[in-house]
Amino acid sequence: MTKQVDIVVVGGGNAALCAAMTAAEAGASVLILETAPKAYRGGNSRHTRNFRCMHQGPLGPLIESYSEDEYFADLMKVTGGKTDEKLARLAIRTSEECLPWMEERGVRFQPSLSGTLSLARTNAFFLGGGKSLVNAYYRTAGKLGVEVEYEAAVSHLELDDGKVVWLDYKKGDQSYRIAPKAVVVASGGFQADTDWLARAWGPAAKNFLIRGTPYNRGIVLADLLDQGIEQVGDPTQCHAVAIDGRAPKYDGGIVTRLDCVPFSIVVNKNAERFYDEGEDVWPKRYAIWGRLVAAQPDQVGYVIIDAKSLELFMPSVFPPIEAPTIEDLAIKMGLPPERLRETVDGFNAACGDTSNFHPTELDGVSTSDLTPAKTNWARPITQPPFYGYSLRTGVTFTYLGLKVDDHAQCSLNARPVENLWAAGETMAGSILGQGYLAGFGMTIGTVFGRIAGREASTYANAA
Amino acid sequence: MQMQPDFIGEARRQAEICNACRYCEGYCSVFPALHSLRTFSEGDITQLANLCHNCRGCYYACQYTAPHEFDLNLPGALAEVRQESWKLHAWPKGFARLFDRSGVAMAALMTVAFALLFVLAQALRPTSGEGFYAYMSHGLMVAIFLPAFVLPLGVLAVSLRNYWRTVGGGHVSPADLWAAIISAGKMRNLAGGHGDGCNFEDTDRFSNARRHAHQAVLYGFLLCFAATSTATVLHYLFGMEAPYGFFSLPKLLGLSGGLLLCLGTGYMAALKLKADRNLGAASAWGGEMAFVVLLFAVSATGIALYAASGTGAVALLLPLHLGTVLTFFLLTPYSKMAHGFYRMAALTLEAHRRGSLVV
Ligand SMILES: Cc1cc2nc3c(=O)[nH]c(=O)nc-3n(C[C@H](O)[C@H](O)[C@H](O)COP(=O)(O)OP(=O)(O)OC[C@H]3O[C@@H](n4cnc5c(N)ncnc54)[C@H](O)[C@@H]3O)c2cc1C
Ligand code: HEM
Ligand code: SF4
Ligand code: SF4
Repeated sequence: MTKQVDIVVVGGGNAALCAAMTAAEAGASVLILETAPKAYRGGNSRHTRNFRCMHQGPLGPLIESYSEDEYFADLMKVTGGKTDEKLARLAIRTSEECLPWMEERGVRFQPSLSGTLSLARTNAFFLGGGKSLVNAYYRTAGKLGVEVEYEAAVSHLELDDGKVVWLDYKKGDQSYRIAPKAVVVASGGFQADTDWLARAWGPAAKNFLIRGTPYNRGIVLADLLDQGIEQVGDPTQCHAVAIDGRAPKYDGGIVTRLDCVPFSIVVNKNAERFYDEGEDVWPKRYAIWGRLVAAQPDQVGYVIIDAKSLELFMPSVFPPIEAPTIEDLAIKMGLPPERLRETVDGFNAACGDTSNFHPTELDGVSTSDLTPAKTNWARPITQPPFYGYSLRTGVTFTYLGLKVDDHAQCSLNARPVENLWAAGETMAGSILGQGYLAGFGMTIGTVFGRIAGREASTYANAA
Repeated sequence: MQMQPDFIGEARRQAEICNACRYCEGYCSVFPALHSLRTFSEGDITQLANLCHNCRGCYYACQYTAPHEFDLNLPGALAEVRQESWKLHAWPKGFARLFDRSGVAMAALMTVAFALLFVLAQALRPTSGEGFYAYMSHGLMVAIFLPAFVLPLGVLAVSLRNYWRTVGGGHVSPADLWAAIISAGKMRNLAGGHGDGCNFEDTDRFSNARRHAHQAVLYGFLLCFAATSTATVLHYLFGMEAPYGFFSLPKLLGLSGGLLLCLGTGYMAALKLKADRNLGAASAWGGEMAFVVLLFAVSATGIALYAASGTGAVALLLPLHLGTVLTFFLLTPYSKMAHGFYRMAALTLEAHRRGSLVV
């Protein structure tokens, strides 16, 4: 079967939809090939909650202002300078006009969610979350005449003479080949392919949980890199956080988050502490704990708190394991009871004056003569019942990707591929070398999705 | 009082997931109320269920709906609890069963009421009287409808008091009640938080269709009610008896109300046929539809009666119309009509807990 369309967009998440709508508005005929079934369409975008947006004055739900320089400085902080300044500034600068653009296409914003007030100025929250955004975009795209095929897994883009000449996809057992004028790749990273992760990370990666979609397996990414399309980043770079160890293997999303680490001690399976749980406020430390847990035996950690801390953090999706004594808790969690007792006793003995304890600020309530120290919120764990959670590494996305320029265009042998553009997670490594700033993923997808859609439609309309 | 434990348990399971997620916070009053709690008692879940307006925004926006293993369907889970809570709080208890057989009960009662009224009208046909009083005397109507109106309200008062206990409501202030009236008057919780409306007849598309249909039904009903009330006032205080001319308050209110109710229920039924039944209490669907049809019958027969005035058809249409009205009144505590009362209670309590900020 051959279909005649101007542009094929590979993927069905935020970046893909932004590209598809933009191209269709410019008059091109567009086909979205989404590998997920309709119920799971939208990739990781369906799990998101906000979008980081520059604004020179109050804008939509955003208060005060957030300048380009401040935004860029925030980005430099989290990436340790590993940022492509030109592309980053392009994303930041364009984000401001994206917000009304999103609203025009059905996205609705709301004041920041309870428990996220620190983001009220910088991040615009989607009413209903990312799935409602994705739903709105599919509706708008549909009205613009964009065709969508679900369960359409793209397996290969054929390159010839610096140009995509056709692409292959499969629906069920049926294979299809199609020759569009232009292609936009927006099919995310490869994190759902744990074999690939294991090749990069070692066998430990098999124990990682994947926070988002099981469909981002990097098939198109690998296909293109194998053919020499220019690459950025390396496969060991990924964004990973520590999440509830009982979370499902895939698609657990936001609710598997655990915010109790600052009020706890965290031990490994030998009941030993391994890092300062009170180093900084949780939103700033959320991301490093993914790697810390990944480095422990069996890639698992155990959070221990007592009754007085239970209500200090956002409720968790799975109830904590509860026991009247530390030893009972250890048994229930499969930890060596005496060792845990020793660790807790040692920690308790190292706690000092706790009268300055303040749950939402760095309070300096720390341990003395303990390695590793706990430098804030260090209160003895003494008040039964005791509670425990297991922690595992949850991978959000990978950074290895397609290198693009400021036109979102891919290249081969240092020359742009005439009719191939990329947007979203699959090219995010072009901007961020490491680290992550909350809400920047959707900014990259929106900005570069729109650029890719514009460039592809200009090309297709001229061809 | 013990609710089918699985309904409460299932709603609690889902509420705990929502409490860790919070993405739907802006859609309605349910989420802020839910997020203010850490654990959910039976009373808490019952209150959340009666607060939920079944706008379905949180279903279509949810990344955890089936086939995801978390299997979220909060509107469905809360609808089951809500339906069950009306049965649990019904008084006298034995009548709770009527909720499950609304359609049958309505049809049966309507037939009986029609037959009874027809026979009564024939047997006790007044020798004098104008308009429909030529068929049934004012005294007879009052003798039937006064108790049929007051008794169900008394019964509902008992139920609402029980409900208030279950949900742990306290003192009601006029400000809380006013906030609830404003919220219901605007159907704020069907507006989706953004004003685009709810998700109903076309999956995830937001529209104000259902909200506007409900406004038509609600205000149509209130206008009809006002028509009867003004007629009563005219009759007793001013000695002005029916029939009234076209440009009288009872006629203007009654006709506009009847038309609104007729169009509103027709529209509502059409929308309801397109909506996904599993996002409500699936087993209650028939009874709900029967209630919409009953309201349609009340208004349609009322309008027909007006159109037929002066003709012989009144002999049939009058008992038919009064039969529908009687059915509606008598079943109020045991049919979907109870929702208005429980929802007002839930909105009032919510206003109280939020410090009367619900406007
Ligand atoms: C739990 C969670 C919460 C997050 N929260 C936020 C947030 O609040 N703000 C933020 O900015 N970022 C957030 N992120 C990151 C964000 O999800 C991504 O940066 C963003 O969604 C990427 O969009 P995308 O369109 O590039 O990829 P995706 O949305 O993942 O879309 C990729 C699409 O490609 C499809 N696909 C994959 N392979 C193929 C193939 N071979 N053929 C056809 N289709 C294919 C997939 O099915 C999917 O539809 C979050 C991520 C997770 C996991
Ligand atoms: C007093 C405040 C009222 C409130 C807050 C209210 C609220 C609601 C809500 C939220 C719904 C949709 C969800 C559901 O099906 O339960 C609904 C449905 C409905 N309401 Fe009301 N209502 C009120 C009064 C009334 C009145 C006075 C009438 C008519 C006499 C009425 C008639 C209906 C009908 C016919 C339906 C549709 C039933 C269905 O689709 O199953 N309501 N109401
Ligand atoms: S319904 Fe789903 S998306 Fe909405 S708050 Fe609950 S879990 Fe989150
Ligand atoms: S269905 Fe609507 S009213 Fe009910 S909880 Fe969900 S969003 Fe709120």
